[in-house]
Amino acid sequence: MTRSSTERADTTAGIGGSPIRPDGALKVKGEFAYSSDLWAEDMLWGATLRSPHPHARITAVRIGKALALPGVHAVLTHDDVPGRNRFGLEHADQPVLAEDVVRYQGEPVAVVAADHPETARRAAALIEVDYDVLDPVTDPETALADGTPALHPDGNLVRHVRIRRGDPEPAAPVVVTGEYTVGMQDQAFLGPESGMAVPAEDGGVDLYVATQWLHVDQRQIAESLGVPQEKVRITLAGVGGAFGAREDLSMQVHACMLAMHTGKPVKFVYGREESFFGHVHRHPAVMRYEHGATEDGRLVYVRARILLDGGAYASTTSAVVGNAATLGVGPYEVPNAHVDAFGLYTNNPPCGAMRGFGAVQACFGYESQMDKLAAALGMDPVDLRVRNAVREGSTMPTGQVIDSAAPVAELLRLVRDKPMPAPVGDAEGVADPRELPGGVSNTTRGEGVRRGVGYGVGIKNVAFSEGFDDYSTARVRLEVIGGEPVVSVHTAAAEVGQGLVTLQAQIARTELGVHQVTILPADTAVGSAGSSSASRQSYVTGGAVKAACEAVRAEVLAIAADVLPAGGELYLNGGKVIASTGEAVADVAALLGDRVVEHTVEWRHRPTQPLDPATGQGNAHVQYAFAAHRAVVDVDTELGLVRVVELACAQDVGRALNPQAVVGQIQGGSAQGLGLAVMEEIQVVGGKVVNPSFTDYLIPTILDMPPMPIDVLELADPHAPYGLRGVGEPPTISATPAIVAAVRAATGAALTRIPIRPEHVVFTTVEDGGHSS
Amino acid sequence: MRVNIEVNGEQRVADTVWEGESLLYVLRERLGLPGSKNACEQGECGSCTVYLDDVAVCACLVAAGQAEGRSVRTVEGLADGDRLDPMQQAFVEAGAVQCGFCTPGLIVAAHDLVRRNPRPSDLEIRESLAGNLCRCTGYEKILDAVRLAAERMGASGGTA
Ligand code: FES
Ligand code: FES
Repeated sequence: MTRSSTERADTTAGIGGSPIRPDGALKVKGEFAYSSDLWAEDMLWGATLRSPHPHARITAVRIGKALALPGVHAVLTHDDVPGRNRFGLEHADQPVLAEDVVRYQGEPVAVVAADHPETARRAAALIEVDYDVLDPVTDPETALADGTPALHPDGNLVRHVRIRRGDPEPAAPVVVTGEYTVGMQDQAFLGPESGMAVPAEDGGVDLYVATQWLHVDQRQIAESLGVPQEKVRITLAGVGGAFGAREDLSMQVHACMLAMHTGKPVKFVYGREESFFGHVHRHPAVMRYEHGATEDGRLVYVRARILLDGGAYASTTSAVVGNAATLGVGPYEVPNAHVDAFGLYTNNPPCGAMRGFGAVQACFGYESQMDKLAAALGMDPVDLRVRNAVREGSTMPTGQVIDSAAPVAELLRLVRDKPMPAPVGDAEGVADPRELPGGVSNTTRGEGVRRGVGYGVGIKNVAFSEGFDDYSTARVRLEVIGGEPVVSVHTAAAEVGQGLVTLQAQIARTELGVHQVTILPADTAVGSAGSSSASRQSYVTGGAVKAACEAVRAEVLAIAADVLPAGGELYLNGGKVIASTGEAVADVAALLGDRVVEHTVEWRHRPTQPLDPATGQGNAHVQYAFAAHRAVVDVDTELGLVRVVELACAQDVGRALNPQAVVGQIQGGSAQGLGLAVMEEIQVVGGKVVNPSFTDYLIPTILDMPPMPIDVLELADPHAPYGLRGVGEPPTISATPAIVAAVRAATGAALTRIPIRPEHVVFTTVEDGGHSS
Repeated sequence: MRVNIEVNGEQRVADTVWEGESLLYVLRERLGLPGSKNACEQGECGSCTVYLDDVAVCACLVAAGQAEGRSVRTVEGLADGDRLDPMQQAFVEAGAVQCGFCTPGLIVAAHDLVRRNPRPSDLEIRESLAGNLCRCTGYEKILDAVRLAAERMGASGGTA
């Protein structure tokens, strides 16, 4: 790409470098203040009483005993919610505290504030609630069926998206069908939900909380507190990971209510078990696919029906359904597509945003089908994918033409052509048990272990879609402090670990040629930045910071042009004004003196369009992103234990603004995809979660994770700031099907359900279709 | 009850401790040392790893009373003022820190590993750190950090 003249600045820690994170030293010293680390003189601890039933009518709530416990300052129920007792990101359907009905196990019913966390928990346990237990609706297919009781006033269907393209009744010589199931995955961030609300003298409240989108919290909290938005001031506290789980409210309104009621700061910190009930999860899915192709392996049509279990409240289900539908055939050219995606209400745990957001489930479906089709055609699975891969200029099933790089074939070739990892063991074939499936459990010495290789490629939309007004706000200030030009950047964008604070400073250095950059705490004193989700912050907040810097630079250069002899284009670098000759013609510090240059910019990406409700046609997405994986696994075919030996990934990032952070995102995202493939599932029986702990809900450890060689392509998107492409989600999408394909290759098992369990490997074969559970 | 603990070289006293409180709670909520993290409170994640009399333990599994009269070293006690411990320095440089919630526990665990085994193999690093969950990094850069720190500490003839 040609880089703009504005990028001639070459401060060492600008765009394209990997400077040390500004919060890094604090984090390694244990001095970074996470939302669970807050402390105030005289603060109280909050606790939440939750429903033990997935579906029940509440007939009475008695709080007397709880209130009488020494140390308790307040016990509040829905009667005490000062404003609207409803919230929700897309539909306000969820009560802050349950009224007459509870719709999932873990739904908050009452909250307590006390002077010690244990006192608060004991008081919550003393609240007496009478329930009339109702039959839960636990299966999305049942929820959709006629005659099933409606869990919400408008019925059980949250959204149905239809994609109709090409011939409605296409035929093809080679047809494969399959049904695929995805279990419920949890984001399992390490820092549980937490924060502190401090009552303010103006009748408002200051909230310090770990969240993904400060302004959407602010709007919802203010509505439920019944106060104007400006009375709810939010500052981002340190965030211990997010991955979608902090898009919805958890303890925010509860803490604010208690703080305003007691007049004291109130802190909530969920424990791990409560955290499993405190946030939404990834939607479980049941998907039926039919792929038709020519004898030489060209896709003729795809039919898909995707059912997503939204659980008790809508959260972001509508948008998840939109993604599953519009991305439902994957990164392939398909002339005839017929996709129906449904999101349903049930009495299961609410589901919403998790990294990959609807694209993860679909990818397991379409990639499993591509392997099945390759087998039916006798073709190599990578060749089949390459033959059908989209590229720039391809038309998606929504009619949208991909208008920037889409190097799907190249990504697949990159991972295929990587050298293969060596077989385990020494020259005599004796392996260290730590390198075998089962690891230090010593379950095999290598007998019954077979190796397999599998591929997956995925597609994700970047930023918010379907006509959403998606923007971010940045305030950038340049001033002279101690004789040095210093830039401060203020946004409300949530740093959740991804490195956005580093990136904002890099952008400011590159654009303004100033080394010293301060990133101010994210808070609601500046306009919305939108959510740290949908792989969008580098693009949208990055775009806003860049635009605000450009406005500041233009003003500085105008000041320079006034005092300097006329002629030529100027730019900033190393704290100097540089002429087009490369000569430093003025010092920024001297030029500005005590003048402060500040600009606030609201920046938007190109608008998108809603989908046509009948045909699902429309330019719904602003940018597509792609990643491909190759997984190499060793499987103990007798015990069904899987060890991923290597997980290679190739991804196009448009431009790597911070190469170290990019690789970190790809590796971390791949790890979550591995988790979904082989271990992670919230098990829900009759609407109840049976494994809400890190003992029973397993996430990958360092022993489970293989080496992950990464290839990063930088094919600039001309529509995006610096040409960048969103990075965070694509690797989570394609890792899972690649690993499952590798296990299939090793064992011949059909594996139509994720996460794979040992019994799926041992007790299923290709012939019986693999439905073992 | 009252608990006396030497923490990071200083004699500390916590009063009105309830018997059910863990060492982790006392460190975080009573002694002003929130560096050690609580991500599970049942010994599964390692975020709360501290040295107790020189042995790396999960502070969430130690009752406060068990720490009476003993010495504790937390992540806050590893750096020498502004000079980071080599393990801390390596974590920052290698990109092993994203959200950082796992970091304090991992740094203490890795610090302990390299103290016991100055040249750990990758398998040894993986085995020693298997009790420390990280949800952000996929662990590759954590391995890089431990290798880097071990190399530097080996080159400089060890550390405290
Ligand atoms: S908090 Fe101690 S091991 Fe998780
Ligand atoms: S860096 Fe977030 S959990 Fe490890």
